[in-house]
Amino acid sequence: MDAVLELRDVSKHYPEHRAVNGVSLSLARGEFFSLLGPSGCGKTTTLRLIAGFEEPTRGEIRLNGCAIHHLKPYQRNVSTVFQNYALFPHLTVRQNVEFGLRRRAENHMAQKVGEVLDLVRLTGKEARYPSGISGGERQRVALARSLVLAPDLLLLDEPLSALDPNLRKEVRAELKAIQRRVGITFLFVTHDQEEALAMSDRLGVMNAGALEQVGKPEEVYLRPQTRFVAAFLGALNWIQGVGVRPEATRISKRASQGCPATVEQSTFLGNCVRVAVRLSNGELATAEISRLEESFAPGDQVNLSWRPEDELRFE
Amino acid sequence: MKRLRAWFLAPTWVTMLALFAAPLLIICAYSLETRGVYGGVSLPWTIESYQRLADPIYLAILWRSFWIAGISTVLCLLLGFPLALFISRSGRRKHLYLSLVILPFWTSFLVRTYAWMFLLRDTGLINAALQALGLIHDPIPLLYNDGAVILGLVYGYLPFTVLPLYATLERLDSSLIEAAADLGARPLTVLGRVIVPLCAPAIRAGAILVFIPCLGTYLTSDLLGGGKSVMIGNLIQNQFTTARDWPFGSAISLTLMAMVLALLIAFVRRDREGLL
Repeated sequence: MDAVLELRDVSKHYPEHRAVNGVSLSLARGEFFSLLGPSGCGKTTTLRLIAGFEEPTRGEIRLNGCAIHHLKPYQRNVSTVFQNYALFPHLTVRQNVEFGLRRRAENHMAQKVGEVLDLVRLTGKEARYPSGISGGERQRVALARSLVLAPDLLLLDEPLSALDPNLRKEVRAELKAIQRRVGITFLFVTHDQEEALAMSDRLGVMNAGALEQVGKPEEVYLRPQTRFVAAFLGALNWIQGVGVRPEATRISKRASQGCPATVEQSTFLGNCVRVAVRLSNGELATAEISRLEESFAPGDQVNLSWRPEDELRFE
Repeated sequence: MKRLRAWFLAPTWVTMLALFAAPLLIICAYSLETRGVYGGVSLPWTIESYQRLADPIYLAILWRSFWIAGISTVLCLLLGFPLALFISRSGRRKHLYLSLVILPFWTSFLVRTYAWMFLLRDTGLINAALQALGLIHDPIPLLYNDGAVILGLVYGYLPFTVLPLYATLERLDSSLIEAAADLGARPLTVLGRVIVPLCAPAIRAGAILVFIPCLGTYLTSDLLGGGKSVMIGNLIQNQFTTARDWPFGSAISLTLMAMVLALLIAFVRRDREGLL
C-alpha cells in the first residue's frame, strides 16, 4: 500500500488525561478515511497532531515517508478545514482562497483560484466577505482555501456539523464527489456514524484515546470487534448472550422456534416499523421491520429469530 | 413609557447643557470679543483672535503639538500591542497583569509626573546611578526636552492602548491563527496579515484615546518639557493666566477642537468602510 500518512504509536498526554493513547494508522493515497468516535474520544486531538497544532508526547507521524511530527504547521503540506471554518473575516472570498498561495509565491495564482472556486461552485462570490455568504458557502470557501494548495492530505474537523440537517446530506454527497475528482487523501473527523459510513472508503472508530477498529464501513458495521464499536455504529440487541442489530432481528407471531417475547410497542417510522419487545428474562429488544410484513400490537406473543451470520460476538 | 424615558434622560440633558454646551457657547462668545484691560473680555465683537492664529509662531506650536502627540500615539501603540498580546495569552495570570497595567491610575497623574522629574533630572536617580557606576562623568540631560515630554505622555497614556487591544485580542478566535499557520503563514506573517488587521478597530480606538489628550496636554509638557517645550495646551493656559488674553485663548481652544473633530470624523468614516 502506498501510504500518504502513517501514525506509529502516537500518544498525546496532558497532565490530567491521556487524549490520544498509542494510535497507529496508515492512510492510502487518495482514500477517504473517517475517524469516528464520541466527543472527547481523541479524534480531534489526533487531527491536531497531524496538522501540527499539538506535539505528540510519544510516537511518530510520517507524511510520504518523512517524519513530520517535529515540523511547524506552516512547514507541513497538510491542510485543515476547521469545524467553524476559521475564514478570515477581513478578507474577501477570493483573498481567503489566495491566502495560502501567496505564502508560497505560486505562479498562475488567478487561474488556480478560478479553477478551485469553480470546483466548489463559488464563481461570482469572489468579492463577498465571509459575513455576506451562507453557512454552506462558507464551508465551501474553507474547502477551496485548502484544496487550492494541493495538500498531500486534507484534514476535515467535523466540517458538516455547523450546517442544518437537510443541507448536511446534500453537502455530504458533494464533498465525496469533490474528493473523487481531486484525488486528494481526506481524513475526516466526525461523531456522526451515518456520515462516516456513507462517505468513507475506510473508517476508524476511536474510544478513550485509542483506535478500536479500522476497516471498510460494511466490515466495521457488520463485524465489529468490540462491544463499543458495535454499539457506537448503530443500535444493538443483547439476546441470549449475543448481539443482534435491530434490522437483522426477525419477529413473528407464527413461528414456533426462536426466542419468546411480548410486544410492548409498535412505532411507525415512515420507512420502517420499530417493534419493541420484552424478552422472558425481562430485557428489552427492538426489531426494525418492513411495514409490508406482519403488523404487531402491544401484548402480542411473538418469537424472535436471526440468521447465524448476523450474530455479533465479542470477547 | 415615553414620559418615563424623558424623566430618565433629564439628568443627562441638564448635565450636558450646563457643563458642556453652556461653557462651549461662552468660549465661542469670548473668542469673538476683545481682550479686557485686566483680563476678561469686553466688546466690540471681532475676529482678530482668529487672525492672530495665522502667525507662524503659533502655527509652529500647533505643528509641534501634533507632531509630539503623533509620535506618542505611535509609540503607545507599538509598546501596547505586544503587551496586550502577551497579557491576552497569559492564561490565569492575565487578570493580575491587567491590574498591574491599571495600577498607576490609583495615584494622581501629577504625582507620577513629579516622580519622573525625580528620576530624570541632572541629580536624579538615573544620572546618579550612572555616575556612581562610572559609566558617565557629567549628567546626561534627560529632563526638560521633547524626549522627556514624549516619555511622560507614553507612560501616562499607554494603558489606553493596552486595554482596547487586550479586549480585542482576548476575543480573537484562535482558530484563525491556526488556520493562517496551517495555510503556510509564518508567525510574523500571521501577525501582519491576520492579527493586526483584525485589531484595526481597537488600534483606531486606542489611537483616538491617546492622541486627543496628548494633543491638549499641558501638565506633562510644562513639568517635563520645562519652558523649552511649549505645546498648544501650554499656550492656551498662558492666555488665561499670565497673558490675560481670554479671547485669544478661547480662539485657540476652539480651533484645536475643530481640528480634532475633523480628524475624528475622518477616522469614523474609515471605520465604517472597514479599512485600517
